[in-house]
Amino acid sequence: MQPLITIDALTVAFRGVKVLDGVSLDVRRGEAIGLVGESGSGKSVTWLAALGLLPNTATVSGSVKLEGAELLGASASAMDKVRGGKVAMIFQDPASALNPVLSIRRQISESLALHGGLSGAAIPAEAKRLLDLVGIPDAERRLSAYPHEFSGGQSQRIMIAMALAGNPDLLIADEPTTALDATIQAQILELIWRVRRETGMAIVLISHDLGVVAENCDRVAVMYAGRIVEEAPAAELFDDPRHPYAAGLVGSLPTMDGPRRRLTAIAGTVPDPKAMPTGCAFAPRCDFAGPPCQSVPSLRVVGDNRRIACVIDRRAAAAVRFGQAAE
Amino acid sequence: MARYFAIRLLRALITIVLVVTFVFVVLRMSGDPALIILGPEAPPEVIAAFRKAWGLDDPIWLQYVNYFGAIAKGELGRSMRDGRPAIELVLERIPATLALTIPALLIKLAIGIPAGIFAALNRGSWIDRAVMIGAVVGFTVPSFVLGLVLVLIFAVQLGWLPSGGQESWKHSILPIATLGIGGAAVLARFTRSAMLEVLGHSYIRTASAKGLSWRTVVLSHVLPNAAIPTVTIVGFMVGSLIAGAVVVESVFSWPGVGRLLVVAVANRDLAVVQCILLLVAATMVTSNMIVDFLYGFLDPRLRSPQAAGAH
Amino acid sequence: MTALVKVDGLVRSYHMRAGMFGRAQQVRAVDGVSFAISRGKTLGLVGESGSGKSTTGRLVLGLENPDAGSVVFDGAAVPVLDTAPWRASRARMQMIFQNPLGALDRLLPIATQLREPLDIHTIGDAASRTARVADLMRRVGLSSEIGQRYPHELSGGQRQRAVLARALTTKPDFLVCDEPVSALDVSIQAQVVNLLTDLQAELDLTMLFISHDLRVVRQVSERVAVMYLGRVVELGDADDLFASPQHPYTSALVSASPTPGRGKAERIVLAGEPPNPAAKPAGCGFHPRCPMVFARCRVEAPLLVEVAPGRSVACHQVGSGSSASAGALH
Repeated sequence: MQPLITIDALTVAFRGVKVLDGVSLDVRRGEAIGLVGESGSGKSVTWLAALGLLPNTATVSGSVKLEGAELLGASASAMDKVRGGKVAMIFQDPASALNPVLSIRRQISESLALHGGLSGAAIPAEAKRLLDLVGIPDAERRLSAYPHEFSGGQSQRIMIAMALAGNPDLLIADEPTTALDATIQAQILELIWRVRRETGMAIVLISHDLGVVAENCDRVAVMYAGRIVEEAPAAELFDDPRHPYAAGLVGSLPTMDGPRRRLTAIAGTVPDPKAMPTGCAFAPRCDFAGPPCQSVPSLRVVGDNRRIACVIDRRAAAAVRFGQAAE
Repeated sequence: MARYFAIRLLRALITIVLVVTFVFVVLRMSGDPALIILGPEAPPEVIAAFRKAWGLDDPIWLQYVNYFGAIAKGELGRSMRDGRPAIELVLERIPATLALTIPALLIKLAIGIPAGIFAALNRGSWIDRAVMIGAVVGFTVPSFVLGLVLVLIFAVQLGWLPSGGQESWKHSILPIATLGIGGAAVLARFTRSAMLEVLGHSYIRTASAKGLSWRTVVLSHVLPNAAIPTVTIVGFMVGSLIAGAVVVESVFSWPGVGRLLVVAVANRDLAVVQCILLLVAATMVTSNMIVDFLYGFLDPRLRSPQAAGAH
Repeated sequence: MTALVKVDGLVRSYHMRAGMFGRAQQVRAVDGVSFAISRGKTLGLVGESGSGKSTTGRLVLGLENPDAGSVVFDGAAVPVLDTAPWRASRARMQMIFQNPLGALDRLLPIATQLREPLDIHTIGDAASRTARVADLMRRVGLSSEIGQRYPHELSGGQRQRAVLARALTTKPDFLVCDEPVSALDVSIQAQVVNLLTDLQAELDLTMLFISHDLRVVRQVSERVAVMYLGRVVELGDADDLFASPQHPYTSALVSASPTPGRGKAERIVLAGEPPNPAAKPAGCGFHPRCPMVFARCRVEAPLLVEVAPGRSVACHQVGSGSSASAGALH
């Protein structure tokens, strides 16, 4: 079956500085895919670029196909139909993602008028239904309220209601729970998954938190310095990371049960996009780096359903490293 | 809401009282009005009589109390120079001043706001740079310099327009242009930075991500938010309709309130100075209150500050 | 085992106004908190925003004076804020915050900032101070060239290392760390967490580690206190507490902490949001969100009682003879 979205060799540069370098990724209908990486890895930029939401100082190349239709370079009106229609997006820090001077009714209605095919009195009725759906109590009255009258968790619920207005095939959730307290995070993730179950939409969950992604996604892509370095089914990635960076990330994560082990911190820091190492961007921090790492590794298929961008399959080495750390 | 305005009204009154007090103190301490008005050669008996007539012999606190008592009764005193009620002198100058400041305000709004919006929406382009250079020049060149430059070009060199006076509509063109250009520059800068601030907010990205066209995003998401800080500076400009032309009126010998103020200060004509400043303070305070009211209208967060913490 | 830090019945209230002219309201940010930290050990303090965990940290350090209760440090009461003995006590207790850039002086190179406390307290001569700074930098894993750099030239992880080095300059016995790694990326977070545990072992540091991240807290702490609305609701051994939480709030927190390999089905999702500390519910603060609430919870606040050796819980359903244990949620 044709993937819902096919991203191919997507590259983004700001004033000549590459922040995204040849990202390729498919999202199939109805699947939940996680995108993890540290700040600056390009996980948000990938989707902002795909939807044409980057400022015009960005140079974007490559290809993003939605159901076979190219989005890069598509007309403004075609993009307006895609954004909020086929593909909706919610963001981190929901409180500032809502316009402070417009009522919730107005902000949800905008989406409904654009994509819901509704008009007149049907719009506020549908807005109320959406608020009910995302669990805002007293929806009728709360429609007239403004963003500052809602907590962070409620604001994210409203963002989700707005996203659902266009009945999207894909929801991109960019760090949707990062700014929220633990119990509220659980509520929002639960809501996103209930909605997904009910609508069958696909989800891209962008997060710096491997735990969140592992628990909630079928498939995970790990990004580093503007590239995907490993892509695998969630369970496999966490049990058996093949790329040294992915292994390092998994090892960096403290656990909630079992014996305590020393964390396998990755030495050094993420490279500056203005001074990217030649060859593999991770090589300067990699314990296994050698001469072959002078050239940029391509993302290649390994096994049935995994891809890694590492010149040598470091599976055994990564496992050893992981094992040593667990001493 | 009612309390919100009651508090602002009280604050406005306090501001006016403070302005009047300040002017009273400064003017009384900086020279003897009797000596300045009558001249240093005047006989001592005349000076004494003048002092007695205007209450200048009384202790300063009594003069102050009397002055406030009079204001409370609506009496703003008489000019020490010709004995006419000060308010009359001031009021007859107001139309001349407004004839400059109102057209100038319209120019500021008509040029400054669109230029600022346009520059922000095309940030980094040559249009933006041109607007910013114009704004910085207009912003930094003092109005007397700008006025003189305009006089040099249009009155002295080209001879198209008169350099001063108030005989015909042509006389008002240069002073209006001087006021308007400077103000438009200030407003353009302000509007641009307000727009850029809003454009950087995450809710603008949300609006785009919804599929709204860029035009709609700008009209219904950017502008309403950018209007909030812009209203402040426009309010300030409205507040200075009466007193904002002091320098320009002097440069172009325009017989408005500003020139009257300059003359009255030089002469220590206390009643007139205080009357003008009272009027200025009142206009400023009124426009501030209008701005506050507009804020409440534009920004729901101010309408219900108590609701901020409620869930 | 002797406790280096002993906290008893701490209370801290603030006056808050609703709006600018609203009636002043008393908000109990910290409402009767007691715990002890043994020398060389770490107590983790977890909770969500508004739980009072940061205020507790400041009270313990004496950065704020409590309205009631006491903090005993090494056998003596922590002196009153801004007195001479208080200033002298600073050398032995230090704090590390979430935002290292805010904690560093932007105008001074790192090495100068590290040296400052030695100059102020006139510790050692010039040569020994220089040597001490070099030693500190090495201990926290900063190369000597970084000493000449300014805070904005450092990465987030390097800044937090510099803050840590400065806190250690005066050889303190006790560190309060308030979300020290929350602003850092995962791989850097691991570096700093490892550094903290290494330094603790090396220098016999006692720590109060405040964080919303249960996984990090478990990694560094021997004991953990869970706070909700200004009170400790559960206190116990770190591994044990996270493995078998007794209080229903702890259970929910633990289940909300994502763990690779665990199914989604186990997640306990609490209804509602943490109430505003200014509008605390009557009885148990947690009762409006509690899946196990019964009549008594609405009128009577449960006390923190020891339910097993080393484990205390503040819940009417736990340890007071009730058969319905909160642990049964799992």
